[in-house]
Amino acid sequence: MTVTREMGFADIPELYGRMTGDEKHEWAAASTLPVLWVLYDRVLDVAPDRVDDPSRDRFLLSKGHGPMAYYAVLAAKGFLDPSLLDTWTKWDSPLGLHPDRVLVPGVEIGSGSLGHGLPIAVGTVLGLGLQGGDQRVVVLIGDGELDEGSNHEAIALAGRLGLDRLTVVVVDNGSGTHGWPGGVAARFAVEGWEATTVDGRDQDALHEALLTPHVGTPLAVVAEVR
Amino acid sequence: MSTMREVFARTVTEAMETDPRVVVVLAEISRDVFPATDRVINVGIREQAMVGVGAGLALSGLRPVVHSYAPFLVERPFEQIKLDFGHQDVGGVLVSIGGSYDDPGWGRTHQAPGDVALIDTLPGWTVHVPGHPDEVAPLLRTALAGDDRVYLRLSLRTNARAYPVTEGFTVVRRGRLGVVVAVGPMLDRVLEATADTDVTVLYAATVRPFDAEGLRRAVRAADHADVLLVEPYLEGTSTRLVTEALADLPARVRSLGVQREAELRAYGTAQDHDAAHDLDALGVAAAVRRMFGHGGQA
Repeated sequence: MTVTREMGFADIPELYGRMTGDEKHEWAAASTLPVLWVLYDRVLDVAPDRVDDPSRDRFLLSKGHGPMAYYAVLAAKGFLDPSLLDTWTKWDSPLGLHPDRVLVPGVEIGSGSLGHGLPIAVGTVLGLGLQGGDQRVVVLIGDGELDEGSNHEAIALAGRLGLDRLTVVVVDNGSGTHGWPGGVAARFAVEGWEATTVDGRDQDALHEALLTPHVGTPLAVVAEVR
Repeated sequence: MSTMREVFARTVTEAMETDPRVVVVLAEISRDVFPATDRVINVGIREQAMVGVGAGLALSGLRPVVHSYAPFLVERPFEQIKLDFGHQDVGGVLVSIGGSYDDPGWGRTHQAPGDVALIDTLPGWTVHVPGHPDEVAPLLRTALAGDDRVYLRLSLRTNARAYPVTEGFTVVRRGRLGVVVAVGPMLDRVLEATADTDVTVLYAATVRPFDAEGLRRAVRAADHADVLLVEPYLEGTSTRLVTEALADLPARVRSLGVQREAELRAYGTAQDHDAAHDLDALGVAAAVRRMFGHGGQA
């Protein structure tokens, strides 16, 4: 299939369905889809012809489980040929049940095991800064993933180092067994982060939250999806 | 004489002056031996973050040196090493101190005889086990200039003299009865234990990649394909590579190292632990006699 027009959010159900065989329901239930779309459509400075450009922004999908929404957005934005979606999870497909940066152009990290993306994002921010860059680094995690202690090492560290090029999006669909009394955002705020909580299905609210000023501190956007 | 750690810090500090790629990540340990610059990042006592941050630095285009005491560098954040470096396919230089039991008074928590065996479960790692502080700088300079994944295992245990750093094994002595491979700090004890036995002694400061061809050459030059492998970490760590190297020969292989069977709940000195694991000169000599008999030099 040749892409002859720019695709939009309306194309997501069809792209999603090429993987799952279901265009009607599953895409709409994907908790990460709205924020992924807002990031790629309105926030990130990335493009399919700049996947190796050092000055690009970095988006790290740490919550790599259930990557169909991610693949669909990458396809809609021209990073993936949509026909590749038909090969999803086949032996020689680049698209597995967890994304792999070595196999998929535009994917910044391979993920699947939880709790790895945020510490890597902290190192990426530090490394880009040491090289004089001011690129934005956005990492997406889940509320269940937040259970992993490695996140809390990184949350404390990023707060103490004041990494204002770092943004964490926590998609909070209440999946953690033991939960976060007082809210997910409080875990970041207590470590000195700018933290805000929004409706994770409201694209305008997500956009506004992702543009929250945060000078000298990292930013956490908790996207509640219930 | 400087310790391996002092040479490590000095070499990295010098490299940072000329190579803008080099950056150090620490978790408190050794924070005082590096200069205070924004390219020395102390993450606090957070070893998972230490390795993840190192990988992020590598993804951004830098050459991270990630350093801590061996169990806290290799064992605690092992999945970060596997995924954040290996699966992301980025490079870095991991440098440990403490060896198998450099400071046995601290007990099991500060012992890491399994570090090389663990790294050996992952593809694409170079592993250096220097036996003398003077071998550290050349190994490290090469590692810092590269893009690959390197584990450098430093120890307080050293041989009396350094050997020139080469890619393969170094022939220290030639003999007829077979071959003894001494890894890193084990060389002096192997030389003492084999003083009256007519064997070839190979010295290895680099064990991954494993110099299979060098071993084959040495074995072919001897009368018997008998190989005794003496490693300063978990016994048998490199045995599979010895047997693969000699797959077409009717070879006898025996391996010495830190014994696997039991956790030694004992303190004392590193020399005490050598004796307990039969890794002192007496223990190695006994293994040499069992393998090569009492054959004196021709």
